Amino acid sequence: MANNNLDQLINFYKLMLKVRIFEEKIDWLFSRGLLGGTSHMCIGQEAVAAGISANLNLDDYVISSHRGHGHLIAKGGEVRKIFSELMGKVDGYCQGKGGTQHLCAKEIGFYGTNGIVGGGIPVATGIALSIKLRRSRQVAVVFFGDGATNQGTFHESLNMASIWGLPILFVCENNLYGMSAPVSKMTNIKDLARRADAYNIKSHIVDGMDVEAVFARSGEALNYIRDSQKPCFIEAKTYRHCGHSKSDARVYRTKEEEKCWREKDCLDVLKTRLISLGFAAEQMDKIKAETEQEIEAAWKLSEKSEDTPLSLGLKGVYKDG
Amino acid sequence: MARLITYREAIREAIAEEMSGNDKVIFLGEDIGAYGGAFGVSKGLLERFGAGRVIETPISENSIVGVGVGAAMAGFCPIVEIMFMDFITLAMDQIVNHAAKIHYIYSGQLNVPLTVRVPAGAGKGYGASHSQSLDCWFLNVPGLKVVAPSNPYSAKGLLKSAIKDPNPVIFIENKMLYDFKQEVPEEPYYLEIGKAETLLAGTDVSLISYGRALHLSLAAAKIAKEAGISVELIDLATLKPLDTGTIINSVKKTGKAVIVEEGHKTSGVGAEIAALISEECLEYMNGKVVRVAAEECPIPSAQKLEAAILPSVEKITAAIKKACFSYE
Repeated sequence: MANNNLDQLINFYKLMLKVRIFEEKIDWLFSRGLLGGTSHMCIGQEAVAAGISANLNLDDYVISSHRGHGHLIAKGGEVRKIFSELMGKVDGYCQGKGGTQHLCAKEIGFYGTNGIVGGGIPVATGIALSIKLRRSRQVAVVFFGDGATNQGTFHESLNMASIWGLPILFVCENNLYGMSAPVSKMTNIKDLARRADAYNIKSHIVDGMDVEAVFARSGEALNYIRDSQKPCFIEAKTYRHCGHSKSDARVYRTKEEEKCWREKDCLDVLKTRLISLGFAAEQMDKIKAETEQEIEAAWKLSEKSEDTPLSLGLKGVYKDG
Repeated sequence: MARLITYREAIREAIAEEMSGNDKVIFLGEDIGAYGGAFGVSKGLLERFGAGRVIETPISENSIVGVGVGAAMAGFCPIVEIMFMDFITLAMDQIVNHAAKIHYIYSGQLNVPLTVRVPAGAGKGYGASHSQSLDCWFLNVPGLKVVAPSNPYSAKGLLKSAIKDPNPVIFIENKMLYDFKQEVPEEPYYLEIGKAETLLAGTDVSLISYGRALHLSLAAAKIAKEAGISVELIDLATLKPLDTGTIINSVKKTGKAVIVEEGHKTSGVGAEIAALISEECLEYMNGKVVRVAAEECPIPSAQKLEAAILPSVEKITAAIKKACFSYE
């Protein structure tokens, strides 16, 4: 393997580890009562965000779901500003007005996490329409879960993207559960990608635990979108090792199933791959230690920053002008 | 120079002028192309501006509005037509959870300059799902503006302002007014959102209304005048933000109020205004606050029944008398 490919894999390792450690920190903070509200962690799903975002430019758009910390970090988001947002601090991405499900970082093309399942899909479709009207080579990428494919907005948006020829990548992160509901109970098809067929949209099914596969497939899909000005659909088969949200005891699935997916963990798969390419285990440990320090330092900074005052909290309902 | 045009033509002119002046203004909706829209508002716009800007959509109300929200976030100024206001129920998620909130929750990084046009109201015998006035639903959602013009002049000036506004605006067109004619200047003009207009100055009772109900109120005011009651008639024109100053000043002067709307009474526009009056004007009152609204039942299809449950000149005249003479 060429060096630049090894570098790419190391970058994936760093990024996915950063998301993992960040999410674990969030989980820990909740368990200690140090964070209020809620959070939907993406522990186990890191490869999907990492693999796709590596194919994106700064001016491409990402529209995310309620499980969006990984998508934001992968697009270039700063963990400190996410911590601050979750803690209601003035230096958070949205000054604490949005929180985990309404994170936005316009300067890096991140047009929001979204608290409504399927709510971001038509919004992303509208952003893709704007790209088409501007005749640029940008792409809109929208992430959503398996549960969202049962929402009307999913079907309405795929249909419009198809008839209008919009530059949008629909990414279904099929983690097998919509909150507690197994996808096998809530749909009667094996592969959700088949739903794209109904709208004459090209689709790919990819192993979401394998960042190399996600990177390769999404690269192909994004080139197709930019060249053909047609939408594309990716179903990434993945798994969240954690519960739906912080308070989920996961009674709806078996420990055996969880163990089985743990063995396919995206970070472990990548580590094995890196070792096979001759990357030293000590190097990986060093990266891990550095990442832990980085996350800890970011948290400390957020902890010290100022709470958003009410005077600011009441502002910004309308844009002036 | 002014010329006589209909409410429909005034709205069409506003869209065309804004589309001519700003290539970021786009227009989306069902059957708005060759068909010209269900009420003929968009006739000729497809030919004039092309399919790239007059975009015909599938029947997908929630996602049509969602697409408008997304395009607005990315720098466009979309106008979305929802064919009947009743169908806006299908788009409530995108209006309430997205359009209204994005500027606030994303701390001003993005905004939604979106106009949602909705033909509303009864009077044509279309029945319960094609006749409603759901205006008051949107007053309870911070982040939205709600405009409901009663005549061609205000429809044109307010729609132009709505399209230019950096915030989402629900623009309510009463479908019984589409053929109503009025002199409208040929030169472009804008009217400020959030300003009520006092159409008749009076001293005995404030008659507060908007939309089609305003025309009934005007007729009732004339009858009241013959009975010796001096009515101050206010056209709200904008429902959110409400022009509270005009309402309060008028009611402080008259000490009585009648509020007329075409929607239902419970938690309606009138309820909000009555609450405002009780908070701000109580010590000035020398009569009642009376609401006239649609009866508490779905809009029946049979036109005699439909007319019977809606506000009428007779009901408004009776309400004026009730407000004025209740303590005599």
